[in-house]
Amino acid sequence: MASRKEGTGSAAASSSSTTGPAGKGKSKGGSGDSAVKQVQIDGLVVLKIIKHYQEEGQGTEVVQGVLLGLVVEDRLEITNCFPFPQHTEDDADFDEVQYQMEMMRSLRHVNIDHLHVGWYQSTYYGSFVTRALLDSQFSYQHAIEESVVLIYDPIKTAQGSLSLKAYRLTPKLMEVCKEKDFSPEALKKGNITFEHMFEEVPIVIKNSHLINVLMWELEKKSAVADKHELLSLASSNHLGKNLQLLMDRVDEMSQDIVKYNTYMRNTSKQQQQKHQYQQRRQQENMQRQSRGEPPLPEEDLSKLFKPPQPPARMDSLLIAGQINTYCQNIKEFTAQNLGKLFMAQALQEYNN
Amino acid sequence: MATPAAPASASAATPAPAAAPAAAPPSVPVPSPTPASAPAPSPAPAPVPAPTPAPASSSDAAAAAATTAAPGQTSASAPAPAQTPAQSLPGPALPGPFPGGRVVRLHPVILASIVDSYERRNEGAARVIGTLLGTVDKHSVEVTNCFSVPHNESEDEVAVDMEFAKNMYELHKKVSPNELILGWYATGHDITEHSVLIHEYYSREAPNPIHLTVDTSLQNGRMSIKAYVSTLMGVPGRTMGVMFTPLTVKYAYYDTERIGVDLIMKTCFSPNRVIGLSSDLQQVGGASARIQDALSTVLQYAEDVLSGKVSADNTVGRFLMSLVNQVPKIVPDDFETMLNSNINDLLMVTYLANLTQSQIALNEKLVNL
Repeated sequence: MASRKEGTGSAAASSSSTTGPAGKGKSKGGSGDSAVKQVQIDGLVVLKIIKHYQEEGQGTEVVQGVLLGLVVEDRLEITNCFPFPQHTEDDADFDEVQYQMEMMRSLRHVNIDHLHVGWYQSTYYGSFVTRALLDSQFSYQHAIEESVVLIYDPIKTAQGSLSLKAYRLTPKLMEVCKEKDFSPEALKKGNITFEHMFEEVPIVIKNSHLINVLMWELEKKSAVADKHELLSLASSNHLGKNLQLLMDRVDEMSQDIVKYNTYMRNTSKQQQQKHQYQQRRQQENMQRQSRGEPPLPEEDLSKLFKPPQPPARMDSLLIAGQINTYCQNIKEFTAQNLGKLFMAQALQEYNN
Repeated sequence: MATPAAPASASAATPAPAAAPAAAPPSVPVPSPTPASAPAPSPAPAPVPAPTPAPASSSDAAAAAATTAAPGQTSASAPAPAQTPAQSLPGPALPGPFPGGRVVRLHPVILASIVDSYERRNEGAARVIGTLLGTVDKHSVEVTNCFSVPHNESEDEVAVDMEFAKNMYELHKKVSPNELILGWYATGHDITEHSVLIHEYYSREAPNPIHLTVDTSLQNGRMSIKAYVSTLMGVPGRTMGVMFTPLTVKYAYYDTERIGVDLIMKTCFSPNRVIGLSSDLQQVGGASARIQDALSTVLQYAEDVLSGKVSADNTVGRFLMSLVNQVPKIVPDDFETMLNSNINDLLMVTYLANLTQSQIALNEKLVNL
């Protein structure tokens, strides 16, 4: 326990200059190395997140909350969390920052680590790659180098195994966001593809000895029957929903592509027009020269032909990222199901 | 959709107030031996013994405990007219339908919180206390949340920061408006005199609060978790004492909670108490391993019965029968077709997913030209 106190003390001291342990990452001169290699979560945090969603998050609303903990070398330890109220209609008199400050102050009184290290969010079938998430994670990561966002998927968890993932923005994306420049040129310069937007950080769960004792105690006392949902074969509903979401995204993507195509066509048409104009000009000038008249002045082409607006690239990047996530989820899911089907086959064969 | 406020200001601000902590918590110190509270009050020594089968009605318990000398020794001094039932008293704090046998349903997150705040207690503090939040039902009380409250305890007095407790409750209410203050918890093995006082504080907040003890000192090698309700006892017409009657504790789990607990429990088996999250097929493997274990236990039992070591039990036999019959009998050809069509579906979906992924990768390349 004394060591935890030390941790809090030093974390509080170093949080004012976020270059403390994060200095290691930064000092490598932007080699693309991330400051956090592993996320260690206390069992308590997992239970709290599950409970928060279960009680307050039915439906397609996302629930969010704040993660507290500390940073140890290149490991981010998350030791506690508290939930954030949902945004309701009467949020005129609700001050988020004040709620957060009060909560953290109170938690400090009871010796809970009050260093903000990230936030968590629940997700609906894996659809979390949105602009809002990007913005929030950017502001968090900008202020605190090592922050992560934990994505908890309750539906997948209900199917048998805890689904918790930690994401950070890649340093490249951080650079771009810092410039606040989302134009295609900047993105191309940064060489950002949809696969390099978020990076996943591996998670481990750690418990203290006393919590282990508690777990043994619970196991003895509660003896809840195992439901084995993981082995259930009746999961076509889940697959169907996933595919539906994927299809929606692909539709959006195709619209995006259409926009891009029109843009390309417009640019090339414009080029042609410019070319033609130039040629006409030249011809006229030659004619005039042959007649001995002064040539017409060269006009500024860019004023005549305004270049069309290139479509925003950030959105399509996000959509691509989301499609990627969906595909990953679907592949995991089908792998599991194939395994289960083969087991069922073995069982049947034995029966006959 | 709101997102937690950017911590830019928050993180800068938090270390600052660290230097200037809030003034000493406005607490309510009370000198301990208040004559009013008890003739040799309840619990100098042990808590009410759990095995007493009586979560009977509070009045009965009062009478019963007064009579049973032996294990309880809850009221050492009960000189009393054990037979006078407590009902005749104008009990001030006995509202609400509180028939005995009321069940307290705990969620595992509460216990984990309690243990965690115990581990973070201040130097010199022997135990921690806190508030329990949850919902009340006709027959049971469901505790779903808790937070710890700073307090100071010494030989003579106990001081609890009730202001803090109120503030925290308000904050919690913003997130879950359905939760009410149900009572309080304390770590430690015994119910002490201070507990009585603290219980009194809490009875101002909630009607008939429950008290939960979690034995983190691991006496008897177990972490015992017990819940109590306070009841009046003693001689009517004289100073009344308070006694803590035990309640049944059950554990309630949401489905997802159970899955979470199962996962967390695995740290018990790893040497440095660390586990990672497993990948998809590993999970299926793990689940089937569990079923295999269960099946081998069942097989062992069947063999024992056959060899005569264990006597046969019909109910178990019926369960086994239904278990074996649960594997559906399907005509092999039909099963083949079903299996194949399912496998085809899954393969097709995998193929499409891969195709989509390569499409977007291609798109990236083209757009970046």
